[in-house]
Amino acid sequence: MAHGAVLTPLKSQKSNAAPAATEQRWVRWVLIGLAGLVLLWLIILPLAIVLSEALKKGWGVYIAALSDPDALSALRLTLLTAAITVPLNTIFGVVAAWTITKFRFKGKGLLVTLVDLPFAVSPVIGGLIFVLIFGRQGWLGPWLDSHDIKIIFALPGIILATLFITFPFVVKELIPLMEDQGTGEEEAAVTLGAKGWQVFWQVTLPNIKWGLLYGIILCNARAMGEFGAVSVVSGHIRGETNTLPLHVEILYNEYQFQASFAVSSLLLLLALVTLLLKNWFSRKSTH
Amino acid sequence: MSSLHIRRKKQRNVLPGFGIGMGFTVFYLSLVVLLPLSALLLNYTGLTWEKFWSVASDPRVLASYRVSLGTAALAGLLDTVLGLLLAWVLVRYDFPGKGIWDALIDLPFALPTAVAGVALTAIYSQNGWIGSILEPLGIKAAFSPLGITLALMFIGIPFVVRTVQPVLQDAERDAEEAAATLGAGRWRTFWTVIFPVLIPSLLTGFALAFARGIGEYGSVVFISGNMPMKTEIAPLLIMSKLEQFDYAGATAVALILLLISFVLLLGINLLQRWSRKAAR
Repeated sequence: MAHGAVLTPLKSQKSNAAPAATEQRWVRWVLIGLAGLVLLWLIILPLAIVLSEALKKGWGVYIAALSDPDALSALRLTLLTAAITVPLNTIFGVVAAWTITKFRFKGKGLLVTLVDLPFAVSPVIGGLIFVLIFGRQGWLGPWLDSHDIKIIFALPGIILATLFITFPFVVKELIPLMEDQGTGEEEAAVTLGAKGWQVFWQVTLPNIKWGLLYGIILCNARAMGEFGAVSVVSGHIRGETNTLPLHVEILYNEYQFQASFAVSSLLLLLALVTLLLKNWFSRKSTH
Repeated sequence: MSSLHIRRKKQRNVLPGFGIGMGFTVFYLSLVVLLPLSALLLNYTGLTWEKFWSVASDPRVLASYRVSLGTAALAGLLDTVLGLLLAWVLVRYDFPGKGIWDALIDLPFALPTAVAGVALTAIYSQNGWIGSILEPLGIKAAFSPLGITLALMFIGIPFVVRTVQPVLQDAERDAEEAAATLGAGRWRTFWTVIFPVLIPSLLTGFALAFARGIGEYGSVVFISGNMPMKTEIAPLLIMSKLEQFDYAGATAVALILLLISFVLLLGINLLQRWSRKAAR
């Protein structure tokens, strides 16, 4: 994912381009119009229909859907899952990016590829692997059963699957950023007598903070929104192991469309806030 | 894909934390990713070669791969065309609201896939906004391979735009101006001067969207209708085998899917190396 480089300002190409090296005015506007239609069709329509369907039968039904005990418990579980997984993957992301970018060692390329692995795996497989290990017929299943420990169809399974899926987000954001910054400032600090943590807190962290926040916000969006992997391990027990995305599915399959879209609108809000913060952070980090 | 090229001449052993950092990185990576993934290979489910082969050659399984690969490829292709248009307009032209357009491109990254799934189904089902226009024309969008393709297009479009955009931004305009000076029309300049520079990034964008599409589950299950042999995707088949407690069968389907994903990951890495080289 190439988020990082996207918002770098253009090298004022517009001004120094000879007039012959751009399109005629009408061509430009036709292309902009076509792009607008594509955007409207692919992106804005899904956004609009969520809101339209959520409010189809009025605010009363909308509020009722959101204040339903099952919806609230799904919201709590979603927040809890994110509150556990995002900090863990953030700590890992910072440590791994520090190790990968500030030192040279053999096998670095392999390590970077392995870190990326969860992006290449289907979310359903991300859930399946934990069922194979901890499920009733899985590797540790009988032992867990006899000790009365529940992982699959319970919170630990949801956490594990979410950890797996959101694993690369923070570290992937930090590696290119810290690679570009090099090690000069840190080395100067060490030469001047700074200790390990001082170097990190006072030199490295201020340099990477916006990129780090950017990674965290993306990690959080995925942690709260993950569907496939969580769906495999959750067991869909209402009021217990149902996250918000799973609640959307349950309501939808029960033909409670407006309620389903009302819950969806909450997740849409999460996505829009994520986009807003993401843009803000990436603008900060390029300046 | 910002510049990852590595300039290293001086020694780096003055900085602290390598031992513990490396230790923690490898430990956490193993615990969260590698050990769980190895569950597929270590075969706790008693999957034999015969069972693997009988699952892999089952017509229903083969059909699900055909559906997954076919729709993901078509969606990736369409995304490549539309993504190029979007990237071009966002990089080359100025117009009001451009910042918001640019930000909205990432919506599919940020929107939970289940929400995308129910939203797209509502749009393309018989009485939906677009479905009701297509219905009289005899086109069935939801609950058909077309619906799956549409869902995967939504999921894949940011991959193409975000891969092509930086390359287009960094591309030198000199060659275009030279072509114009030498009398080439704009159309010809595009195909002979600009397009060749974009090829690696277009291929990378396609491959990223394609790879994502093959494994995608949430946005597809609602709109696909999940009819065996017709609109059943491979990840859904894993799911239904799990629901029947056929762990070995699920593992077999997953292993093939994983193999396809890894081959694609390898290809994407090579493509990215190529496009980085081409960009220099």
